[in-house]
Amino acid sequence: MRYRACRIALSLAWLLGGGAAHAHDALLARNLAATCANCHGTNGHARGDMRVLAGMPADKLVALLADFKGGAVPTTIMQQIAKGYSDEQIRLIAAFFAAQPKPPGPQP
Amino acid sequence: MTAPGLGRRRVLGAGAALAASTVAGCSGIAPGASAGRVVVVGGGYGGATAARYLKLWGGSGVDVTLVERNAAFVSCPLSNLVLGGYRQMADITLGYDGLRAAGVTLLHDEAVAVDVPARKLHLADGSTLRYERLVLSPGVDFMPEAIAGLGAALDSGRVLHAWKAGPQTLAIFVPKAPYRCPPGPYERACVVASYLQMAKPRAKLLLLDANPEITSKKALFEAAFERYAGLLEYRPNAELKELTPTLARLDFEDVRADVLNVIPPQRAGDLARRAGLVTVNERWVGVDWLTLQSTVAPDIHVLGDATFAAPAMPKSGHLANQHAKVAAAAILRSLQGQPVNATPVMMNTCYSFVSGDEAMHVASVHQWDAAEKTLKPVSGAGGVSALASRAEARYAMGWAQNIWADTLAL
Repeated sequence: MRYRACRIALSLAWLLGGGAAHAHDALLARNLAATCANCHGTNGHARGDMRVLAGMPADKLVALLADFKGGAVPTTIMQQIAKGYSDEQIRLIAAFFAAQPKPPGPQP
Repeated sequence: MTAPGLGRRRVLGAGAALAASTVAGCSGIAPGASAGRVVVVGGGYGGATAARYLKLWGGSGVDVTLVERNAAFVSCPLSNLVLGGYRQMADITLGYDGLRAAGVTLLHDEAVAVDVPARKLHLADGSTLRYERLVLSPGVDFMPEAIAGLGAALDSGRVLHAWKAGPQTLAIFVPKAPYRCPPGPYERACVVASYLQMAKPRAKLLLLDANPEITSKKALFEAAFERYAGLLEYRPNAELKELTPTLARLDFEDVRADVLNVIPPQRAGDLARRAGLVTVNERWVGVDWLTLQSTVAPDIHVLGDATFAAPAMPKSGHLANQHAKVAAAAILRSLQGQPVNATPVMMNTCYSFVSGDEAMHVASVHQWDAAEKTLKPVSGAGGVSALASRAEARYAMGWAQNIWADTLAL
């Protein structure tokens, strides 16, 4: 578990531009992404019909959230939630989920 | 179960120095050494999440014990569907095995007192637990003295509260805000009315509200009440003054009903009161929203409904889960001697059912305000559903499935 957390932190640091200087961002990204877990599962491993975020490419999630934020994609709730996060926070969240192992099997 | 010794603190200090030179605190703690001993009281949405995330993020570096008096977790969210007959108790009852498998030590006992200066928790079986950090998620307890006769009426079993999890099941009385789950009473009225419309169309349901108006999702609930016109009658400014097992007295009238469901006025759970942590309005625990530390006992983090809310933050299970994650992150950092996250974020989602298969939501995002030193809702973000729908009922079920798994490590 601890090894996995380190691996994720390291890959996050790499995603965010590399180096130990970004350790702070890695923790911040982890904390921010945890606010999504109530609906999208712990570390993005969603159950049931909810969208799995683990392993989603960061640019895809950033674009998706930008579309929700701007209203380009109508939703019941995500356009309201996406507006609550800054672009920088969204970038961190997307990097965190991209670094999570993808669950096996077909993705919804 | 062994008490932490002074020696480990020195190990800790060395670990913290190491951590500073590596990524994200990884490998900061030597294998086998424990970074700290955390005791969590209350295995609801707040406490269970705190225990789970302390282990998820702290691994073997932290020793986590969860004290919970009940053998199983029973969800308050979705419980109104049980009252309406649309779900069974078994559907909202979950076990603690996931937390055990995640390395949390479960103690099914009752916490009776906190010795704050000695950092010891006393349990009903006479034993004590030492802690470096204590997390209290005691929920709410009722204020029987707030309404004449309330205590005796509840004790008689003829008047039901059904506002804490457990096997209980109609005039419904709503207390003045703040109380646990603001939309809950209105949801309950809708779901029960939905059942009555189908099974007992000549029944009458009175919803008597001590508040001047519906406290959450007002327009949406007004629309829902319209569907049950003739069956459901809503009255604002109807504060309950006195209660017997069969009769409820308001200011200017007496209400008789076959079933009286009184949701009592609430305050922080008794354990927090006895520990001297209640600092606001003699009811709620004041906390530092950066860490959820009690404002009077910094070794104790208090979560969930027991807290004096940050601005526009409702008392919800979803937020108790979010409180827990901010607290867990802060505890792990400070046990390592590291600065805590200076910009915590929380968000809330709450679904309410208006019938057996239609629901609607309210959502908000709360960002840290450094000037005011509290979490504040982001203006322009959040909001409510355009209307209740079947699609949102499916999302509500997805929400439940995922938050249960997140909270209980299922």
